[in-house]
Amino acid sequence: MSYSDEVVEHFNNPKNVGSFKKDEKDVGTGIVGAPECGDVMKLQLKIDNGVIVDAKFKTFGCGSAIASSSLATEWVKGKTIDEAMTIRNTDIVETLHLPPVKIHCSVLAEDAIKAAIEDYKKRTNGG
Amino acid sequence: MKLPIYMDNHSTTRVDPRVVDAMLPYFTVHFGNAASRNHSFGWDADKGVEAAREKVAKIIAADSREIIFTSGATESNNLALKGVVEMYAEKGNHIITQVTEHRSVLDTAKRLEKAGINVTFLPVDKDGVVNPDDVIKAITDKTILISIMLVNNEIGVIQPVTEIGEIAKDRGILFHCDATQAVGKVRVDVDMMGIDLLSFTAHKFYGPKGIGALYMRKKNPRVRLSPMIDGGGHERGVRSGTLNVPGIVGFGKACEIAEDEMADESERLVKLRERLRLGIMNSLEEVYLNGHPSRRMPGNLNLSFAYVEGESMLMGLKEIALSSGSACTSATLEPSYVLSALGVSAELAHSSIRFGLGRFNTEEEVDYVIKRVIETVNRLRDMSPLYEMAKEGINLKDVSWKKD
Repeated sequence: MSYSDEVVEHFNNPKNVGSFKKDEKDVGTGIVGAPECGDVMKLQLKIDNGVIVDAKFKTFGCGSAIASSSLATEWVKGKTIDEAMTIRNTDIVETLHLPPVKIHCSVLAEDAIKAAIEDYKKRTNGG
Repeated sequence: MKLPIYMDNHSTTRVDPRVVDAMLPYFTVHFGNAASRNHSFGWDADKGVEAAREKVAKIIAADSREIIFTSGATESNNLALKGVVEMYAEKGNHIITQVTEHRSVLDTAKRLEKAGINVTFLPVDKDGVVNPDDVIKAITDKTILISIMLVNNEIGVIQPVTEIGEIAKDRGILFHCDATQAVGKVRVDVDMMGIDLLSFTAHKFYGPKGIGALYMRKKNPRVRLSPMIDGGGHERGVRSGTLNVPGIVGFGKACEIAEDEMADESERLVKLRERLRLGIMNSLEEVYLNGHPSRRMPGNLNLSFAYVEGESMLMGLKEIALSSGSACTSATLEPSYVLSALGVSAELAHSSIRFGLGRFNTEEEVDYVIKRVIETVNRLRDMSPLYEMAKEGINLKDVSWKKD
């Protein structure tokens, strides 16, 4: 199976690789997947006044998983939390031209966005 | 040095130019049907086939009359298992094999199981080796066949076939050995190893694809098989179908070359493999060797790189042809069944890479691969949340993962 140009580009030059400090109050962290499944995504969002001002990711997984998370970090930047919640895995599939066997990578990216926002909400409401 | 580099020689090999030269006249000059008995075209083709049959027999220390040409090792494995089960149905209905066999043995055994045959799938130890005592324990008075491979295709481990052959012989049970990865690379002797049926194929050792053989012992005992392909009665009625004459001639030439060069080549490949292994392991932490450290065929190296997924490594090493035990393409996401059978954790199985060194690999290529593997693993570890967590001192086994 060969990879689409879009996946190759994101894999070779991933955007926004890295980490924020987890305990920072304005940061929401989402970790999804499991090592034994071959995919773990960590997505972090820095949120100011309901707007995602920065995003970072780290991913253990195949090229399509890395590309999906890289794309997700690009897409969420500048969006409000509510807007980010509307990102669908199918949008990622379309943009990256993922084949059917790689759809789970896009699902993981969608889940990671939601998990990060949930985490952020929990912290701000709780604290 | 030319890119891309081919280092996936367990999958297939480049045909040796000397093999191609030997084959060429059989396409355009001696193109006859080896079964044509009434003209020189047929006689020439037949002569080529019989000369090749001698060479093919010689590399496993057999007699040429014991060689049946097939389309490859998959067909040979199917023929051996199904053919024996059908022919010896009155004698028994139990066969013994083991869990890290090639799919063409395992899936055939599973099909036979569905048809009512009892199959024992023996386990292997953490290095991938079958325990001959387990074979003894599994034998019943209904056992008609034991099928154990010589060399594993993923981890290169060499099974104790001589011991198993002796066990089979003592009890009058037929012993089939899938020697696909072994022939041409390690010494094979069907008498010494007590093998009654043996599968192998040309393209794993610098011959052409589409031609293989099944060895069938002629004496003590004389093995009989029910054919799977009926027709013109070629190959003593065991495998009908017009002979692939150029393929057979190439197969013979590949055997002849391997016979002459195996000793030197093995020594060279062990050196290259150790250079590759040490070059990588001395520069990267948490790299694990899969399979037995010494009981292993010369060109095989199988490593797991913790915190890095195999397929992404292959993508990062796109100018090097390698293979991974990770299967991020299937719905189940299950990694290599061979590594799982060794007790390798799923996450390390997903992180495994198989390096298959062969005749045409050079030291320069090995050094290039070492450098690129180190770069790629470091880059992907910097991108890996697992590596980050491990560095923070988190035990990944204690984390409750959110699976979908």
